[in-house]
Amino acid sequence: MEKKPVEPESVDRRSFLAGAATGAAVMLAKQASVAAAQEAAPTQARAEPSAQAGKAAGRPASDYMVDVFKSLGMEYMFSMCASSFMGLHESILNYAGNKSPRAIACTHEEISVAMANGYAKIDGKPVLVCAHSTVGAQHATMALFDAYADRVPVYLVLGNTNDAANRDGEVFWVHSAQDPCALVRDITKWDDNPASIAHFAESAVRAYKIAMTPPMGPVALVVDDHMQDEQVPVDLRVPRVAVPTPPAGDSGAVAEVAKLLVAAENPVIIADRAARTPEGLKLMVELAETLQAGVVDSGHRLNFPTRHPLRGGSPAQADVVLALEHGDISNVARQARQRNAKVLSISSTHLFQRSNYQDVMRYAEVDMAVAADAEATLPALIEEIKRQTGDARREAFRQRGAKVAETNRNTYERARTEATYGWDASPVSTARLSMELWAQLKNEDWSYVTGWVNWPLRLWNFDKHYQYIGRAGAEGVGYYAPASVGAALANKKHGRISVSIQPDGDMMVAPGALWTAARHQIPLLVVMQNNRAYHQEVMWFQREALLRNRSLDLAHTGFGLGDPNIDFAKLAQSMGVAASGPISDPKALAGAIRRGLQVVKKGEPYLIDVVTQPR
Amino acid sequence: MKPLLLATALLCTLTGVVHAQSSKSARPAAANGKTVFMRVGCYTCHGTVGQGGAGARLAPNTMPLAAMQVWVRGGSPGWSIARGMPAFPTTVISDSELADVQTYLASLPPPPKPDDIALLRP
Repeated sequence: MEKKPVEPESVDRRSFLAGAATGAAVMLAKQASVAAAQEAAPTQARAEPSAQAGKAAGRPASDYMVDVFKSLGMEYMFSMCASSFMGLHESILNYAGNKSPRAIACTHEEISVAMANGYAKIDGKPVLVCAHSTVGAQHATMALFDAYADRVPVYLVLGNTNDAANRDGEVFWVHSAQDPCALVRDITKWDDNPASIAHFAESAVRAYKIAMTPPMGPVALVVDDHMQDEQVPVDLRVPRVAVPTPPAGDSGAVAEVAKLLVAAENPVIIADRAARTPEGLKLMVELAETLQAGVVDSGHRLNFPTRHPLRGGSPAQADVVLALEHGDISNVARQARQRNAKVLSISSTHLFQRSNYQDVMRYAEVDMAVAADAEATLPALIEEIKRQTGDARREAFRQRGAKVAETNRNTYERARTEATYGWDASPVSTARLSMELWAQLKNEDWSYVTGWVNWPLRLWNFDKHYQYIGRAGAEGVGYYAPASVGAALANKKHGRISVSIQPDGDMMVAPGALWTAARHQIPLLVVMQNNRAYHQEVMWFQREALLRNRSLDLAHTGFGLGDPNIDFAKLAQSMGVAASGPISDPKALAGAIRRGLQVVKKGEPYLIDVVTQPR
Repeated sequence: MKPLLLATALLCTLTGVVHAQSSKSARPAAANGKTVFMRVGCYTCHGTVGQGGAGARLAPNTMPLAAMQVWVRGGSPGWSIARGMPAFPTTVISDSELADVQTYLASLPPPPKPDDIALLRP
């Protein structure tokens, strides 16, 4: 059952009420999509789910579990195989015919989860990830933390032998846990260990609902391996799921935010994860254009088109800063307080936080905090700003916008000039690498799925939501390679060309992602940013040694990735990915990219190993 | 006119000799400067041709040696990778090595203008 992407409803800008309802409409469209999947899902009967429900219907519970996942629109299952969810895996292959969800083989649970992260950021919804409860979850944790910190819905199912009486030998014992989700509880929004099939049904849809409600995040669900083999009760049906509409700011708070913004002489908008969907990107543009205010995009999503004249601005000079789904704005708030400027925060993170891991960031003393999803709040905020704006303010806005646009032009020109330095250098400058890529991508339907290099954001023209999905949420090394593959899989059904600029150190954490790309014919152009070091740490070592007045002679010991140099082309080729390189001469890049794109357009991955400048 | 021509020729010759001597000494100094630049690890922040990266751009328009000495010996208090630079003592890079590094950076040609690079045209 292949689903077509749901296009969000357009915003009716003439009506406040209709505008305010748009966020809900987008969510309802997604709900409709899930509801359609649920209607199509096979069901045995129509009674309420119940722990006491029925007797054997002659098929294993894992078939029913697949029905539930199918009803949630899960298109894929990413997993490194394991005996504890073998029943589920068998049902996906033989009962569901390996369609929706379709099994995608991964070589490490960290790869499975990071792929699911990249996939969800493109597609807007989770896939199923299955792993062993102990050793699998332990592998998965860093990638799960990345997703948690990045507010990405990842749906993790952990196979476990709950009943000690069923643990048939030593391996079953060490591969079982009393509370498997304890390991991931600090980095998930919700988890459960269902005691029955009916319990599983409720928890499975509840998990989906929680994962998809902003602030989105990972969820974990245990499935007992023996429960997978139980018989499905005849009267057990698939529970319906209604994903809650995202929380929008209350009308009073929205009116106050609008009032401050309209009165401001120099407002600046900061956005980090504000645009959750393509509609969010459009709304961000409408907000900025209505106010003629600059937008600083902190970069965990594409919140604002890179070539838009209103991209930019200085929070340090603003009299009102509007921060949307932001990260650390404590410094912005501190500086604002010193000059009597105001900082307004609209973020769903005000609604949910865990304690242990410190992605909560430094406490920011803001003037207003609206606990709401920014994207869902934008229609009402835009309409309220329009309502409060008279002709005199509109003229002031226009003049302000012209100044922002001039600064934006200067910023772009500066970036072009800075890109010239080291243009012909060998190893290849990251600016040259980026622009060689851009030259061959700009007329295609492309998606820059991951990359640490910031030149594309400075010089390419990003104007579609899927063209950029940000970085690793928790900056965990080992995200980029698998997240790229997952994102490329989500792009595949749209025929987009996915491209990553892949750090070498990150690739060495999870190179098995390349095999998955080859095995499942996932088109992705991987361009290595091979600076032959964990370069950030090299610089930190230099700092440490110099502070102690000691030698730098061993700066690459433990930090370098040379001696021997890693041949990434051969690494890729060994796993069935066509590749070229290493390339140190910038003049050789264009040909390699051309060859790579030819392969990618045929639906296969391709890797180009480029030896680059450190940064 | 003859004395003037003679004087001009002499001046040109002398200038040529001085320039030739200067180039002759600058070449090994620049080559050594490049070696030091890479060995000490200046390139990690500033790029192999001083184009900048985590650290500031050092070429072209390389700062005079006296200014460079202030930066390199003094560093920036509270240094982190995001801003400033650590102080480099003479045990890590000697004064003469630093002078060679400055010579190397100053010898690098300026880049083309953005409009002269097809890939950088808007």
